[in-house]
Amino acid sequence: MSAAQESIGPAAWPEHAARGPASKRIIVGYGFWIFLLSDIIMFSAFFATYAVLSGETAGGPAGKDLFHLHTVAIETACLLLSSFTCGIASIGARAYNALMYYGNKALTALFGAGFLALEIREFASMVAQGAGPTRSAFLSAFFTLVGCHGLHVTLGLMWLLTMMAQVFAKGFRADILRRILCFALFWHTLDIIWVGIFTVVYLMGVAP
Amino acid sequence: MSGIEQRLHLHDSDTAPGDERADGREVAEGLLGYVVGLVLAAVLTAMAFFIAGTSLVWQPSIPIALFVLAIAQMGVHLVFFLHITTGPDNVNNVLALAFGVLIVFLLIVGSLWIMSHLNHNMIPMDQMMQMQR
Repeated sequence: MSAAQESIGPAAWPEHAARGPASKRIIVGYGFWIFLLSDIIMFSAFFATYAVLSGETAGGPAGKDLFHLHTVAIETACLLLSSFTCGIASIGARAYNALMYYGNKALTALFGAGFLALEIREFASMVAQGAGPTRSAFLSAFFTLVGCHGLHVTLGLMWLLTMMAQVFAKGFRADILRRILCFALFWHTLDIIWVGIFTVVYLMGVAP
Repeated sequence: MSGIEQRLHLHDSDTAPGDERADGREVAEGLLGYVVGLVLAAVLTAMAFFIAGTSLVWQPSIPIALFVLAIAQMGVHLVFFLHITTGPDNVNNVLALAFGVLIVFLLIVGSLWIMSHLNHNMIPMDQMMQMQR
């Protein structure tokens, strides 16, 4: 083997390439990450719409008159804690620790449901005050953006319960663990989008 | 068998590194990561809610401060919860994220820019109504 051939062989590869093909867990995570980024791009379109229309109240109520920061703070705490317990549940799954997995997944579901209940109550009280999505362009954009996030949380809750049932039925199999990884990525991403929502919609809507 | 071949065949079983059952040390490390992430995110959130309602700071600086805190918190979530790191396994994830951030930036800033220019050049609505009569 000549020196020239040697230099393009595995010895010349960077460290990560020399380890051979990546594990399935990394490939699945990458593919799901691409999907999540496309979801984030969709949300960014809703954010842009909201930012353009946030002043167009058509003589109706503005964010200052409608938003209660106490509710938003509790919603934020619920979602952050659910993200945390979801992470702990993932560790439990990787250690095949059933109690750690089910307990933390149940807490995740509880905090997620609490978030959703507060959000539904907020939406219902806004609609009851005559500030529904048809009132003004601002409220249309608000209900689209925040409602779309709420829809994602609802679907995430269903997925979460499915993952608990799958582990119950099939145990900590490699393919089930990859699904748990995808769910965790999804749930943490929803929290990232909520950071954008509570900053742009609620805090900036109420700030002077 | 050369050293390279040994390296290539180190993991010829089906379990790749990171796929095997986590031991006690890995569990402790993982827990610590999530606790650090939770504390940092909680502090940043509390700061954002405090700054939005306070009269202690110069008022025009509030939106910028909120933006900075939000971006910092998104970074904390990415690193401590989603584990987007600079490790060799993560190069593809980081590049995809960079592309995603570029698109998000173009979409939001582009929309705001174009719409504010259109707004600026538009005839005021009451004048438009008079012309249509």
